[in-house]
Amino acid sequence: MRAATTRIAGALAAAGALVPAAVHAAAVEGAVQKQATNWEAILMFLAFVLFTLGITYWAARRTKSAKDFYAAGGGITGFQNGLAIAGDYMSAASFLGIAGLVYANGFDGLIFSVGWLVGWPIILFLVAERLRNLGKYTFADVASYRFQQTPIRTLSACGSLATVTFYLIAQMVGAGKLIQLLFGMDYIWAVVIVGVLMIGYVTFGGMLATTWVQIIKAVMLLSGASFMAFMILAKFGFSPEAMFQAAVSVHPKGVAIMSPGALITDPVSAISLGMALMFGTAGLPHILMRFFTVADAKEARKSVFYATGFIGYFYILTFIIGFGAILMILAPDANGAYPFLTATPAAGAKAAITSIIGGTNMAAIHTAHAVGGDLFYGFISAVAFATILAVVAGLTLAGASAVSHDLYASVFAKGRANETDEIRVSKITTVIIGIVSIFLGIAFENQNVAFMVGLAFVIAASANFPILLMSMFWGKMTTRGAVIGGTIGLVSSVTMLVLGPTVWKAVLGNPAAIFPYDNPGLFSITLSFAAIWFFSITDNSEQAQKERRDFEAQYVRSQTGLGAEGASAH
Amino acid sequence: MNQNAQRILNNPKFQELIAKRSAFAWTLSVAMLVIYYGFILLVAFGKGFLGTPIGAGVTTWGIPIGLFTIVSAFILTGIYVNRANGEFDELNRQIMEDLK
Repeated sequence: MRAATTRIAGALAAAGALVPAAVHAAAVEGAVQKQATNWEAILMFLAFVLFTLGITYWAARRTKSAKDFYAAGGGITGFQNGLAIAGDYMSAASFLGIAGLVYANGFDGLIFSVGWLVGWPIILFLVAERLRNLGKYTFADVASYRFQQTPIRTLSACGSLATVTFYLIAQMVGAGKLIQLLFGMDYIWAVVIVGVLMIGYVTFGGMLATTWVQIIKAVMLLSGASFMAFMILAKFGFSPEAMFQAAVSVHPKGVAIMSPGALITDPVSAISLGMALMFGTAGLPHILMRFFTVADAKEARKSVFYATGFIGYFYILTFIIGFGAILMILAPDANGAYPFLTATPAAGAKAAITSIIGGTNMAAIHTAHAVGGDLFYGFISAVAFATILAVVAGLTLAGASAVSHDLYASVFAKGRANETDEIRVSKITTVIIGIVSIFLGIAFENQNVAFMVGLAFVIAASANFPILLMSMFWGKMTTRGAVIGGTIGLVSSVTMLVLGPTVWKAVLGNPAAIFPYDNPGLFSITLSFAAIWFFSITDNSEQAQKERRDFEAQYVRSQTGLGAEGASAH
Repeated sequence: MNQNAQRILNNPKFQELIAKRSAFAWTLSVAMLVIYYGFILLVAFGKGFLGTPIGAGVTTWGIPIGLFTIVSAFILTGIYVNRANGEFDELNRQIMEDLK
């Protein structure tokens, strides 16, 4: 493997003497990305696939009722669910992206990790146990608890599907690019394999198989990342100071990597991003769904405690790995060579960050190669593939549940559908989502999709989260308030993001953005809450009075679990 | 309203549980928000401070403060779960017991 990497590096270095800028661009997105077939990675990935398919077979035999399919029978323990949540949340983007950010900017990577983490305690304190006590399979069960089913379920399903779709496109394109780069496989095949496997896990094994795929992936990712961080720190006698000193001495930005840089420029953007990350986490349908897989509120709380621990630990590891990447990539190896750069720096000059082979997202992968050799490089590549699979399986199940449980069973069949039909609709939807996401993955191959995860979070924070939170906390909310508020959140977040710098300027190529901020969270979330409040207090219809009277019973159940869904006997 | 729900609402233990648990949950939420937004405001306005080295090395104050923010999230969840799964669940159990 190293031979292949060095060959590409050599070829590019030769060309680089003539047209350096063009080569750097090519190294990030061009045809050189596809490497020689990486057999270690393919074999390890095959082992993962066989093992998880075995689990799917086992899970399929235990998945009979709707409760089994959507919620793994409610029999997952808090610890297992904590690992599965971590597996759902630690996407390839956060592993490769944050390590790459630290590699390029140092400290700034930490600011992002912190933002991704702090939503979890808020979920625990305000959402988790009420959600568990009130809901059954989807967050719309809770959001629509005492309201008119049709409008609220329809809106929640739209919010869920929008979130899931944007998240899925980003994952599929990421999967294609990554696998092309790591496995030496064609883009289209990578996308098809991801799509087919996720259909398999979800249609046959439902939530039980999805949960175990996420648990296995979380364990693989956490152990791989721990090993890398350990090896990096070991090189410096476990002294972070020594590691930071070495990094500062080789990084072109020097000591600036130890302090906040240009990533956060003004407080409005910072707060807006913070709100979108924090409340977006609490509005992601595939994450909220995980709370119905445990037996009761007690286990739901434990899940968040373990998940926060694993995710926080993982972010600390990625920070160390990012610094390790600076040292492995920008400093010469024992032979004085730079195996992971497209161009060897001139004598006495520091290596350029952008000359990394495959772009900054490859920083963690190169580091794995440097600390663990070919076999470990294969392992980390397989983990990256498995990571994407676990995330897309969770997303697909959440999307399929929104269609079958919310739209089909509640809106279309008015609650009169039988379980068998509902599960069948869910499975058909899974196949459709799988096929559609394969096509979307192919269609968006050459588009910049990095903003789509941000879009998913903003929609979740502005459309799903406000109605979910208000339905549990505010007795005066009415159907009208929820529907208008949620719709305004959905429309305003998408509009402001499209008119903002990330899409209007960077993706669509217009000279200046109409909306000034990258992240509209602060505005769209506030608008949504304000609209829910205004259109609820001005609603004095008969229906609104009834909905207000019903709050007390809902309140008692949300607090005590009186009449809550239990675990099914297995 | 369901009779059991009405009985729970009238139970002073329920009022006690709600009062204690909400106060605790909101206190911890505010603590998390203060820590996080404090960190973000430092990033926006206090770049100089976060970039100041600790002692003679290159490690800056930003590193332990950033790590503290991550660890505090975990510790706050631990504090909540410990009390909720112990004291609050016991109160809850008594409330359900009183229904019988």
